Amino acid sequence: MNQAIRHSWVAAIAMFALIFGAISYVQVVGADELKDNPWNKRAILQTYCNDRGSIIVGGTPVAESVESNSETCKFQRTYTQPELYAGLTGYFSQHYGATGLEQSMGSELAGNSDQLFLDRVGQLFLGNQPKGASVELTIDPQIQQLAYSLIPDGQRGSIVVTNPKTGAILAMASKPSYNPNLVATQDPTAESTNINELVKVPGINLNQNVSGPTGELLAPGSVFKLVDTAAALASGKYNKDSVLPNPAEMPFDGIQYKLPNYAGGNCYTKDSASFAFALQQSCNTPFASIALDLGRDAIAAQYKKFGFGEDVGGLLKLGHATGNGFPDKLDAPGLAQSAIGQKDVRVTPLQVNMMTNAIANGGVQMAPSLVKTLRSPDLRVIDEPQPAQLRTSTTPEISKQITDWMTSVVTDGIAKGAAVPGVQVAGKTGTAELGNGTNNSWFTGFAPADNPKVSVTIVMEGVDIYAGARLTSPNAKKIFEAVLNK
Amino acid sequence: MSQVSTAPKPRRNVELLLLLLALTVGIGANMLVGVDQQKAFDSDFWFQSSLLAAASLAFHGVLRFRAKYADPVILPLVVALNGLGLAMIHRLDPPGGDTGNNQLRWTLIAMAVAIAVIWFLKDHRVLRRFTFISLAASAVLLVLPLIPGISAGEILGARVWIRIGPMTFQPGEIAKITLAIFFAGYLSSNRDLILLAGRKVGPMQFPRFKDLGPMIAAWLVSIGVLVFQSDLGSSVLFFGLFIVMIYVATSRISWVVIGMALLLGGGLIASQVISHVGLRIDGWLNAFTDEVYGRQYGGSFQIVEGLFGMANGGLVGTGLGQGRPDLVPFANSDMIIASLGEELGLIGLFAVVLMYLLLFTRGFRAALGTRDAFGKLLACGLSFAVALQCFVVIGGVTRLIPLTGLTTPFLAAGGSSLLANWIIVGLLLMISHTARGPVDTTPLPPSAGSESTGIDTPTEAVKHS
Repeated sequence: MNQAIRHSWVAAIAMFALIFGAISYVQVVGADELKDNPWNKRAILQTYCNDRGSIIVGGTPVAESVESNSETCKFQRTYTQPELYAGLTGYFSQHYGATGLEQSMGSELAGNSDQLFLDRVGQLFLGNQPKGASVELTIDPQIQQLAYSLIPDGQRGSIVVTNPKTGAILAMASKPSYNPNLVATQDPTAESTNINELVKVPGINLNQNVSGPTGELLAPGSVFKLVDTAAALASGKYNKDSVLPNPAEMPFDGIQYKLPNYAGGNCYTKDSASFAFALQQSCNTPFASIALDLGRDAIAAQYKKFGFGEDVGGLLKLGHATGNGFPDKLDAPGLAQSAIGQKDVRVTPLQVNMMTNAIANGGVQMAPSLVKTLRSPDLRVIDEPQPAQLRTSTTPEISKQITDWMTSVVTDGIAKGAAVPGVQVAGKTGTAELGNGTNNSWFTGFAPADNPKVSVTIVMEGVDIYAGARLTSPNAKKIFEAVLNK
Repeated sequence: MSQVSTAPKPRRNVELLLLLLALTVGIGANMLVGVDQQKAFDSDFWFQSSLLAAASLAFHGVLRFRAKYADPVILPLVVALNGLGLAMIHRLDPPGGDTGNNQLRWTLIAMAVAIAVIWFLKDHRVLRRFTFISLAASAVLLVLPLIPGISAGEILGARVWIRIGPMTFQPGEIAKITLAIFFAGYLSSNRDLILLAGRKVGPMQFPRFKDLGPMIAAWLVSIGVLVFQSDLGSSVLFFGLFIVMIYVATSRISWVVIGMALLLGGGLIASQVISHVGLRIDGWLNAFTDEVYGRQYGGSFQIVEGLFGMANGGLVGTGLGQGRPDLVPFANSDMIIASLGEELGLIGLFAVVLMYLLLFTRGFRAALGTRDAFGKLLACGLSFAVALQCFVVIGGVTRLIPLTGLTTPFLAAGGSSLLANWIIVGLLLMISHTARGPVDTTPLPPSAGSESTGIDTPTEAVKHS
C-alpha cells in the first residue's frame, strides 16, 4: 500500500510540474505575445494617463500628451491637426485600444521599448513621471497638407508621395478621415457615443487599424502594364523595337468573351503597336498578348519582384494590408484580364508607389520609411533609421527603358495633365473598372525623369472617366511642382 | 516498510514559529493592499488582522492539547494561503464591497469547525463507522441542489448551489469529504475480496461484480453530477479521488488504466452530448479566435483576460494593488490565481503553488506514516484531491486544460470551499498525529466492514499477490 501511496504522490508531483511549466509559459515565455495581443487593453489602461511621447511632423507635434485638469488622469492625448494626420497617427483610446502609429509605435511612445531601458531606470530612481519617446516622421507638412486638400471632401482616395532614392515618405494622405480626438477623450460616455457615430461614416473602418494608402487593396488597372513591360523586357523575347499585336478586340478559343481596347482612345488607329504607343495610349490587347506569350509565372515573378503581395508594415512601422500574390490557376482570359490589372489582382497604393520607385531608382527598390528619428524625452536621438535597399526589382537598363516610355506617356500620351514645364515627368495612368460604371482612377509617376527626386501615386475610388482624369494627372502635377520648387 | 525508529516529537514550537511567519505573510499582504488604497492601519485592518491571528493561535493551542504530534507544517501553510487569499479578495473589493469581510467570517467559521472536528473526533478511525452513512450523505448532498425550494437554481451554467436563508452554499464541496470517507471505509474493509476473488481474463484480474457494486454506485454519482448539474470540475475531482483510492487499496495499475480510459471516453462523449462541456473545450482549444472570444456565454473571454493579467505580471509581478486583476471576470474566486499571478508575478505564484505542493506532500507523508489502512486511504485520498483540485484550477487558468468551475483551495472567495478544505486540514492533522505519535494501543473502534481485521493489518502482505 505504501508503494502505491508513493506512486500517487509522484502522480501529484507530475501534475504540479505541468502547472509550473504552464505558469512559466504564460508569465515569461509567451508573455510578450500576450502583451502584444490587440485584445489586451492592459498596456493602454496602465499608460493611458502617462506622459506619452509625441508624434512630430516638421518640428511640430501632431499627437501629444498635454496636462489635463482631471484628478484621475494627468495627461490627455491630443491631436493638433486631427483629420490631416488621422490616417498616420491613428488614435489612442482608453477603451477602444490604439490604432495607426499609436499602436505600431506604442511601446516607444509609452517609453517601455528596450531602447529606453536606461531612461526608465533613471525615472525610477529620480521618481519622475514616466515619459515616452517621441517619434519624428519623414512627412513634409506642406506636401501632406497639399495632398490632403487635393482629395475633394466626400471623395474616397489616397495619395502617396515619396523620395524614390531613399524610400522616405513625404506625404501619405487619404479621405475620408476623422477626428481622433473624439475617440481619445477621457469621458467614457462621449468616447463610446463618438465611436458609434464614426463607424457609420462610409469608408471609415476604425477597426482595420490602417487607412487607404496602406490598408486598402484595390484593382490597379493599367498601372499594372508596367509589370508586363518589365517582365517582357526581362524575358529577352522583347526589346525596345518590338512590334506588338494590337487588335481592337482579343478573342479566346471556345468562349464569346473578347478583351477590348478602350473604345474612346486612339488605340483603334493601329493594328500593331510599338511599346511606346501601347503605353502612351494604354492599349489593352498588346499587354494581354505579352502575358499570354510569357505565361502566368513570368508575370507573377515580376509582380513579386516589384514587392506586390508583400506586407511592408514591419518596415514602415505602420499597419499594412497583407495583400495577395498574383492570382493562381488562371485560364487564358483570366490571365489576359489580370495582365491589365483587372480581375482578382489587388494592390495597395503604397505598393504601386514602391513599384514606381524601383523603376525611378535604376531597378533598386528602397524600403519605405515613415519614421525619421526616435527621440528620448530629453530629445536625444535614440534611433535614426538609414535608407535601406529592399531588393533589386529589375535591371538598370530595363528601368531606364521603361522610364523613357513613361516620359513619353506624359509628353505624348494620356498623362499629359501631369506635365510640369521645364521638367521631364515620367508617368502612367490606370483605370480599373469596378463593374458598376465607375472606376478606380490611378496615376503613378516620378520627376525629374533623369534624376528622380519625388514620386507620386494617386488613386481616386469610384469615379467616372472624367472625374478620374481631372483628379489624378493634374493633381500629380501640382505635387511635383510643390516638391521640386522647395 | 521499515518504520523510522526515532522517538516521537511533538514539534509544536516549530509550528508556532512557522505560524507567526505565515501570519506575517497574510497580514503583511493585507497591509500592502491597504497602503495602496491610502487607508493603511485603520481600525478595520487591526480588527481583521487580530481576528485571523487569534483564530490561528487558538487552532495551534487546540493542537497542543488534542493532537500534539500533528504535522507542524500543515497549519502554517494553510494559514499563509488563507491570509494571502483574504488580502487579494480585500484588494479586489470595490469601494463598499463586503466580500473581504465575508471571507474573513467564513474563515473563522471554517477554522472553528475544523477545531471542533479535531476536538470531538479525537481519532480519525472513528469515521470508519460511518462508511455507508457517508455514502448516503454524499448522495443527499449532491442531490440537494436539484431539489426545488432548496436549490438556488442555475448559476453560471451549473446547478451546484443551495440557498439557506440569505446564504448560498455548495454542498458538493462537503461531498468531496464524505465520498473520501466512504471510499476509505469501504476499500479498507473489502480490499482483500476485491483483490483475490474474481475471474482472471488474460493478464488482468476482474473483481466480482457484487464487490464492486458500491464503487460503481460512487462512480455513477460522479457521472450524475456531470450530467445533471453540469459541473465538469467536481465530476473530474470525484472521479480522480475514486481512481486514486482504489489504486492505493489494490496497488494495481490496471485500475488506473481502466479509470483513465473511462475518464477520457466519458469526457469525449460529454463534450459531444452536453453543450456546456463542449463549450468549455471549444473555449480552451480556440480561445484566441474572434468568435469564441466574443461569445456571450461559455466563451474564452475570462481565460484570455486572465492570461493577459498573468502575462502583465511577468516575472516579478506588478506588486499588490498595482495591477488590473479587476479586468478579469471572477477575479476573486475562479480566477484568483490569475490575480495573484499578475500582482505577485511568477515568483509569487510559484511560492503559492509550492505551498500547495508542500501541503499535499505532508498529507501523503501522514498517509505513509499512519498504521491503519483506513487512515492511509483517507489521508492519501484527501491529499490527492487537494492536489488534483489545484491542478484542475491552475491548469484551467493557464490554459493547460479546459477551464472548469472548481475553487482554488483556501484562496478563492467562497464559504463552502473554505469550510470543506479546513475540515480536510483537520482530518489530515488528526491522521498525521497518529502517524507521528507513539503507537496507539487503545482498542480500535468497531469497524463497519464485515471482516474487521483488528489493528494494523499488515498492509504490505497482499501487495505481491
